[in-house]
Amino acid sequence: MLKVEHLGKTYGEGEQAVEAIGDLAFEVHEKEFVCIVGPSGCGKTTLLKCMSGLLEPTRGEVRLHDQPIDGPPERMALVFQEYSRSLFPWMTIRQNVAFPLRRKQVDKDKLVEEAIESVGLSGFADRYPWELSGGMQQRVAIARALAYQPEILLMDEPFASVDAQTRADLEDLVLELRGRYGVTIVFVTHDIDESVYLGDRVIVLTPAPTTVQEICEVGLPEPRDQVETKELPEFARLRAHVFRAIKRRGKDREEGAVHA
Amino acid sequence: MSAERRTRWLGLGLEVTVPVLVLVIWGLASANSDTYYFPPLTDILSTFADTWLFERVGSDVVPSLVRMGLGYAIAVVVAIALGMLFGLSRRARIAAAPIVEFLRAIPPPALLPFAILVIGVGSSMKVFIIAFVCIWPILLNTIDGVRGIDPTLDDTTRVYGVSRRDRVWRVMLPAASPQIFAGMRTSLSLALILMVISEMVASTNGIGYFVLQSQRTFAISEMWSGILLLGILGYVLNGVFVLIERRVLRWHRGARASALG
Repeated sequence: MLKVEHLGKTYGEGEQAVEAIGDLAFEVHEKEFVCIVGPSGCGKTTLLKCMSGLLEPTRGEVRLHDQPIDGPPERMALVFQEYSRSLFPWMTIRQNVAFPLRRKQVDKDKLVEEAIESVGLSGFADRYPWELSGGMQQRVAIARALAYQPEILLMDEPFASVDAQTRADLEDLVLELRGRYGVTIVFVTHDIDESVYLGDRVIVLTPAPTTVQEICEVGLPEPRDQVETKELPEFARLRAHVFRAIKRRGKDREEGAVHA
Repeated sequence: MSAERRTRWLGLGLEVTVPVLVLVIWGLASANSDTYYFPPLTDILSTFADTWLFERVGSDVVPSLVRMGLGYAIAVVVAIALGMLFGLSRRARIAAAPIVEFLRAIPPPALLPFAILVIGVGSSMKVFIIAFVCIWPILLNTIDGVRGIDPTLDDTTRVYGVSRRDRVWRVMLPAASPQIFAGMRTSLSLALILMVISEMVASTNGIGYFVLQSQRTFAISEMWSGILLLGILGYVLNGVFVLIERRVLRWHRGARASALG
């Protein structure tokens, strides 16, 4: 349903030009959970901005249902890493979740209540974001995305700034909500364990200028479990595989530089 | 009693005690005063009661406050509207910058002769002067506030297809409101100053007019009572403003406190 076709992004011009994305091509299928993992500074956020129509690519295009994306599509939501800067501090939780629905012809109250309930924040609907912990704020951002009823949900390192226990809880929450809302998810992370634990497929990126290093099928049994899944030999094999894929490329680069 | 509460009560106590103490010292020092320019405080206070409670409220205080309120309100509306426009559009900002810098550099009283010539000596002239001076702090703060909006917040509204109108009124305006309020507070004291100055130049009523007129007719106690009233007015207006600001920007204080941990 979502196709990235020979996508490239260069910032600046002439001698100062920085090539963030070289040439990226991959596809995301209906109802799939795709994780995108790569070394830091490999243009993951740039890629996500191009996919969501926030940024115009320099080369190639992104197509949703065969329609080229030239602005944020209506049935796409995005969860940012910086929850505290993405929520509106002057609105309550309920108002935050309802805000994107203002001009939509939908049963707002029902959608909003359901979304808040599904992330386990029913008792906090009239609080303000800054009264909640970081993990709870990110739950609000997820609820807001779900109430928007997207077909496809993009998540940009959403759990990078919460503690380990909260992170595990939020990972399981996302897996559960994916089933409940039947939404396609593209999840960007720099955490290899997280990518293997969550994804149906893991797309490994190279350092900038970014290309696809490898696409890795994750055949782990469903439903996933923080303890049992991570105990499986297959989980260990996959995470080692992804780890080596990232390492290998970095090493190639360094050696290449020395020889040149 | 917790340490925090004790500090608060101490602060409140000082806030009340010190002014009272100053008044007592002033009263004692001036009690037997036979200096013409510094009449006893008791004389000033009894004049104050005779003059302002409530004989001259309708003839002088109300016209003064109406001019000030009108001028201030016009400044707030115009400055926020222009500030949003300039904050959003780089081109408009660049085009307007030299004019804004020039107009704001003119010392306000220098505009009085011009205003009297063009608009006349009536209330409109005073409202114009007050509005003209109050615009700049609010305008510049609004521009800064709008330009300082977090890019993530902006991306969020774009991703969720928020309409342009909602983006301006429901995201940009509240996001910039802490800075807008800071500008409005500066302008409030400017409004009071310009109200007095404009009433001293060409007027037939108003508190500023009364103070100058009393001085010219050697009614020194009356003059002092007018100065006292202006001080009290400034204090009360600022107090009311702070109350409103606290209410409207409650979220801002909360968010900042939580960000600081």
